[in-house]
Amino acid sequence: MYVAVKGGETAIEHSLELLADRRRGARDIPEVSLQQIDEQLSLAVDRVMTEGSCYDRELAALAIKQARGDLVEAIFLLRAYRTTLPRFGDTLPIDTSRMVAERRISSTFKDVPGGQVLGPTFDYTHRLLDFALMANGERPAAPTAPVDAARDLPRVGDILERGGMLEPPPEETGAPAQDITRTPLTLPAARPVRLQNLARGDEGFLLALAYSTQRGYGNNHPFVGEIRFGAVPVSFVPEELGFAIEIAEIDVTECDMVNQFAGSHDVPPQFTRGYGLAFGHAERKAMAMALVDRALRAQELSENATSPAQDEEFVLAHSDSVEASGFVQHLKLPHYVDFQSELVVVRMLRAEVEARLQQAAE
Amino acid sequence: MPDSHQEGGAYNYAYLDEQTKRMIRRAILKAVAVPGYQVPFGGREMPLPYGWGTGGIQVTAAIIGRDDTLKVIDQGADDTTNAVSIRRFFARVADVATTTRTDEATVIQTRHRVPETPLKEGQVLVFQVPIPEPLRMLEPRETETRTLHALSEYGVMQVSLYESIARHGRIAKTYNYPVLVNGRYMMSPSPIPKFDNPKLDRNPALQLYGAGREKRIYAVPPYTPVKSLDFDDHPFEIERWTECCALCGSRESFLDEMIVDDAGKRLFVCSDTDYCRERQEKSGA
Repeated sequence: MYVAVKGGETAIEHSLELLADRRRGARDIPEVSLQQIDEQLSLAVDRVMTEGSCYDRELAALAIKQARGDLVEAIFLLRAYRTTLPRFGDTLPIDTSRMVAERRISSTFKDVPGGQVLGPTFDYTHRLLDFALMANGERPAAPTAPVDAARDLPRVGDILERGGMLEPPPEETGAPAQDITRTPLTLPAARPVRLQNLARGDEGFLLALAYSTQRGYGNNHPFVGEIRFGAVPVSFVPEELGFAIEIAEIDVTECDMVNQFAGSHDVPPQFTRGYGLAFGHAERKAMAMALVDRALRAQELSENATSPAQDEEFVLAHSDSVEASGFVQHLKLPHYVDFQSELVVVRMLRAEVEARLQQAAE
Repeated sequence: MPDSHQEGGAYNYAYLDEQTKRMIRRAILKAVAVPGYQVPFGGREMPLPYGWGTGGIQVTAAIIGRDDTLKVIDQGADDTTNAVSIRRFFARVADVATTTRTDEATVIQTRHRVPETPLKEGQVLVFQVPIPEPLRMLEPRETETRTLHALSEYGVMQVSLYESIARHGRIAKTYNYPVLVNGRYMMSPSPIPKFDNPKLDRNPALQLYGAGREKRIYAVPPYTPVKSLDFDDHPFEIERWTECCALCGSRESFLDEMIVDDAGKRLFVCSDTDYCRERQEKSGA
C-alpha cells in the first residue's frame, strides 16, 4: 500500500535516496559534467532556458543533470529557482538587427541584403546514424568565414514593409511590459502577453497547434520571411547612471513569419506577420510560435476564428508544460475520499435499478 | 517587517519573498471581503508541482508565522505521502511547529476533507483547490463564467442538477458539490465529499481556498452561510454508510473503504485519522 497509515515519511526519504541513486547510474561510468551538457547537449540547454524563462546555461545544464535528462522536469526546476530571484528592473528591448548572425535564411526571396547564411543546421543532414560517434566523436574544427560584427543585418521584413506590402510591427509604446510570471493572466490578452505565454509554452504543444493550422484548422498561408540565429547584446539602464550599458550577450533565434491577408473593405490586401523568439538555437520552437501567434490574431484581423489554434483561451490556458505536467500527474495522488463518495452513490443507484428490474419481473 | 530567516538555505522565511506574501495577503483580504468571489492573484511557481497543492501552500506561506501550529491533511489523514511532503516543506522553510491534532492546530491545510472535529474561532482552514470555477465543466471559458458570476446567472448549474435527477432519480453529484456563499456567489468547495459540505456553513473558523495553477484565491469568513444547491422536492443529502468504523466504531464520520484480502473482503475505517485516534484513546481509557 503506497499510503501506509503510518510511515509515509520514511517511504518518501527512501524514495528520494533511490531517485538520487538512479540519477547517478552505474558508478563505473564517469559522471557527466555541466560543461559537457552545456557544450554537447546545447540544444537541450537552449530549450530548458527558453521554456524556463531564465537565460543561464550553467543552471539549465544543472537542471538537466538533476532531472536525468527529462527536459520538462528540468524546465520546472529552473522555473522554481527563477521565481525566487529578486528583480532589478527591465532591460531595454533587444535589437535583433544588431545580431551577429550565425545563421540567417529567408524563404521569400532568393537573395536578401546580407545574404543567406546557412550556418549549423540539421536541415540538410541525411538522417543516417553516424556509427563513428559510437567510438569517438572527436573531429577537427570546421572552417568559418570571418564575421563582421559591426555591420547591422537588416530584417527582411523591414525591407518588405517599406513598400507597404507588409504590415508594420506594432508601435512601441514605451510602457513596461506586463510580466506574466508576476500577474495573473486575464482575457482577452494583449499580444505581448500572448507572446510571453507562447515563449514559455511547451514546444510540443505549439508544434502540434502550428501543424494543425497548416492542415486547414485555421490556415493563414505562411512563408518564412526570415529566420535568424546568433548573438545579440543586452542593455540595461541602471537608475544611478541614467544611460544604457551593455550587460550581456545572449543567443536567440528569431522567426518573422509572413502570412497572406486578403484585405478588407477599408484595408488593401497586405501581408501580415507572426512572430517567434526563443533563447539559444531553437528554430522549430520559434517557427511554431510565429504560426500560433499569427493564428491568435484572427479576431484582430476580423478572420473567422473557428479552430483550436485561433482560440486564445484554449491556447494560452494549456500551453504551459509545468502546469500541464503537474495537473495531469496529480492524478497519482490519493483520491480515495472522492472515489468512496462515488462508490456509495453508484452502489445506491445500482441497488435502485436492480430493485426496479426485480419488481418488473415479478 | 522583512524577515530574512535563513532556514532551508538561501530562501526567505516560508519560502516566498515578503512582497509576494503581501500580494497574496491583499488577495486574501479582498477574498474575505467578498465571500465566495474568486480573486485573481499573481501565483508563483512553487518547488512542488502544480496540482499538488501549490495554491494552498502559497496561502499558508503568506499567513503562517513562527507562533503558529500547522496541521496538514490529505484525504483526511496526516500520514498520506503528499501531506507528509507539504508538512516537511513548512517545517523546513518556516521553522513552524506541526501537529496532527485538529484542536491544537492554528492553521490546517487540507486536500479533499474537512476535519470531523468541529473547528473553533481563530483557526484557519486552507483548502487546496484544483479547479476554482464551479461552472468550469459546464462552461470551459473563463470569459463566459466571469460574466455568469457577475450576473449571478447560475441557472446552468440548476439545470445540470435537474438533469441528474431526471437520469438517476436523485442528484448523483458526490464531491465538489456546488454551494452558494452568503446568498451571492456560487463556489466550488474543492473536491471534498458532499458529506463535508454542511461543515462549511457558519463555521467559526476562517476558510481560505487557494488555486495555484489557476491563480485564484477565495474565502469564506467565519459564520458565513454556505448553502449546498438543491431543490425543494430533492433536498441536499449526504453520504450514509450501513457500516461503522472498524477501529473506533464511529457511525458519524466519513468512512474509507479498504480491500483487505484477495477475495475482496472490505473493511471501513474513518478517513479522518486524528478523529479516529482520539475516539480510540477515549474508549481505551
